[in-house]
Parts: sequence; structure tokens; C-alpha cells
Amino acid sequence: MPGVMDIKRKIKSVKNTQKITKAMKMVSAARMRKAEESMTNARAYANKIYELVGDMAGRVEADSHPFLTARKEVKNVCLAIITSDKGLCGAFNSNVVKKTLAFARENQDKNIKLVCIGKKGFDFLGKKHFEVLSKYVSFGGKVTYDEANEIGDKLTEFYLSEDVDEIYIVHNEFKSTAFQVAKVTKVLPLSLGKKEDAADDTDYIYEPKAEALLKEIMPRYIQFTVFFSILESIAGEHGSRMVAMDNAARNAGEVINKLTLTFNKARQGAITKEILDIVNGAEALNG
Amino acid sequence: MAETIRLELVTPVRQILSEDVDEVIAPGVEGDLGVLPEHAPLLTALRVGELAYRIKGKLEYVAIVGGGFLEVNNNKVIVLADDAELGHEIDLEEAVQRKLKAEAALESERKADEKTFKAVEIELMKELIRVQIAEKYKGAK
Repeated sequence: MPGVMDIKRKIKSVKNTQKITKAMKMVSAARMRKAEESMTNARAYANKIYELVGDMAGRVEADSHPFLTARKEVKNVCLAIITSDKGLCGAFNSNVVKKTLAFARENQDKNIKLVCIGKKGFDFLGKKHFEVLSKYVSFGGKVTYDEANEIGDKLTEFYLSEDVDEIYIVHNEFKSTAFQVAKVTKVLPLSLGKKEDAADDTDYIYEPKAEALLKEIMPRYIQFTVFFSILESIAGEHGSRMVAMDNAARNAGEVINKLTLTFNKARQGAITKEILDIVNGAEALNG
Repeated sequence: MAETIRLELVTPVRQILSEDVDEVIAPGVEGDLGVLPEHAPLLTALRVGELAYRIKGKLEYVAIVGGGFLEVNNNKVIVLADDAELGHEIDLEEAVQRKLKAEAALESERKADEKTFKAVEIELMKELIRVQIAEKYKGAK
């Protein structure tokens, strides 16, 4: 049985750990609230632009913009993987990584290139045999629209220069605080398909022409998709970390309880032993 | 016939406006355009400029600093702007400072390649619009 002092030291160290995990949980909770808020703010724009692009793509011919035209031969596929920069957030990053690897397995005939957004994904997948086109790390759990635009423009560039024929985003979709799902979303080319319902086909006035408008809208659509995905991922990261840290704090509590019990037992044992010694000594004197 | 038209102005970062207005005057790429209630469906790109709307007879201004789109459908005007600011939210002094900085930047980039020059020029244009609109609210404060 370990000594009383050893156990005491151990309890102290576990308590310290618990303090840290508790603090991290609080920080994550606050950050998540903020991230969720910016996500809600962006949602208004998201709904509108998705609707707009969906409507427009439904009204024009598929070949009126390169983003709408599927390439006949898909050789190079680009995966934009969004992970966090920091760890300690449960299965958050490994879910994305797993999803990416599964995608790679299913598409072995294609050449897969990566754009890594977030350090963890790059650390893990960059070392594998994938080609990394570009990486964006350490934006510190925050993202501005301009930063996302840069990434979006880069993706567009890769697509238009025919470096890649399809672009997907792999990221954690934010379902709720405790629940995120890693998802692969196809970004380019857009496969919306021409709409069938003629009722929707209002005679729009386009200014300038529909084709010219598409040229304006499409890059923005891509930029925004990237922006929104990153926002979702950030909110998810903090949510996931909050849950992970909550679990860790609870586990630490259990460990402390167990250790305290052992500590009390050991202390009681020591006292009993001492009493026995005294009683034995006294008896020896009397006898 | 409806007497007002719903104006919604959203940017990727926040929803800025959602109000019933009498009239919207927007900076379209092919010229300014006015939208009255019951306007026919329309979709247009916007340039950097000034968006005005009349609400209860009073004109209000918004700086569209980033371009975007305007859609009219079902008696609703939806403006998707990259960035926008309400006129009365702009601080004139700060706007002037930023304009001066943008002018200086333009001057120093004069020899740079065309692409950076264009970008800086657009920045200056945005700042000009902000100053213009802030000046309209100068008396009101």
C-alpha cells in the first residue's frame, strides 16, 4: 500500500488538473456562445444567398457558368478540410480526419489534393501521402469574412485553372452544443439541377444579363460557403471542447473520491497500528 | 396594393435592416435604381455606393461598402451586401481619417502593378462613400 504522503500528493495533482479542465470548460462555453452568435448572424445571409443561387441556377442553362458545369473526367479532387488549431476537444478533429480517409478510400481512382484549414488536420493528414495544395493555420479560433474570402478565392482559382475538377469541404456540422457531425459537402461544381416547377419561373429582370450576374454571384457564393463552414466548425470546436472538458472534470472528481477513500483507509490503518504498538508496549510493562 | 415594401439588408456578419419602407434607391451596377412597392421581380448586382430608403417620408442612408446583390420578389427587397453600414452609425471624423489613409495608400501604390492599384482604389472609393454619407448625418447629431 502506498504511503499516506504519496496519496496526498496524488490527490493534490488531480485536483489541480480538475481546476484546469473546469476553467477550460468555462472558457469554451463563453467562446461557443460567441461563435454561435456569429453563426446565427450569418444564417440570414446564408439562407438568402443559397436561395438566390439555387433559384438562379435553376433558371439558367447548365453551361452558362463554369461552376455549374460538371467536368466529364474527374481526375483531381480537392478536399478542403476544416479542423481546429488546438486539441483537447474530444473526437472533433479525428472525426474529420476519419471522414477524409474514408472518402479517400472510396475514391482511390482519383487523385486527392488537400487544402488544410486548421492545424490539426494538417498535422495529421499532411504527413500522409496526400498532396497539400495550401494550408491555413492558426487563425486562433476566429475568422473574419476577409480571411475566408482569401481561402474561397484560392479554391476558385484551383478549380478554374483545372488543377482540380471537384471541390469538397469536410467539416463538422454544428447540430447542437454536444453534437457535431463530420460531413463531406460538394462545393464545386454546383449540382443543383434545373428546376422542374414552372410556377417558380417568374420573369425576372436581370441587370446586367443573367450570365454576367452569375459571374458576380458565384465567387461570393463559394467565399460565403467557406466562411459559414468555418464558423460552424469553430462553434462545434468549442462545443466539443466544452463537453470533453466537462467529462474530464467529472472523471477527475471520481478519481479524487477514490483516492480520498484510499487515503482515509491508509490513515486509519496507521493509527490502528500505532495504538496496537502502544497497547502492546504498555502490556509488556505491566506484565 | 401594398403601400410599403419590405427591405431586408444582410451582410455575412449580421442582419442590418429589416423594415417596411416606402421606397428604396439602390446603387446598381448599371446605374441607380429606385424600387417602389409592387415592383416586378428583379435581380441586380450592386456597386460600392449609397443606398437610400424612404421610411415614413424620411430618407435614410446606408453605405454599401463592398458590393453585393439586390433581389426584388414578392414585394420584398433583399440586399445581400459584402459589407454595409448604417449612415448614422458612421463616425464622420473616423471616416475622414480613414479616407485620408486610403488616399495616402493610393498615392504610394501608384507604381505598383495594376491589380494592387485597383484594390487600393476600391478601398478609397469605399472610404469616400462612408464620408459622404456620414456628412449627411452631420447636422442631425
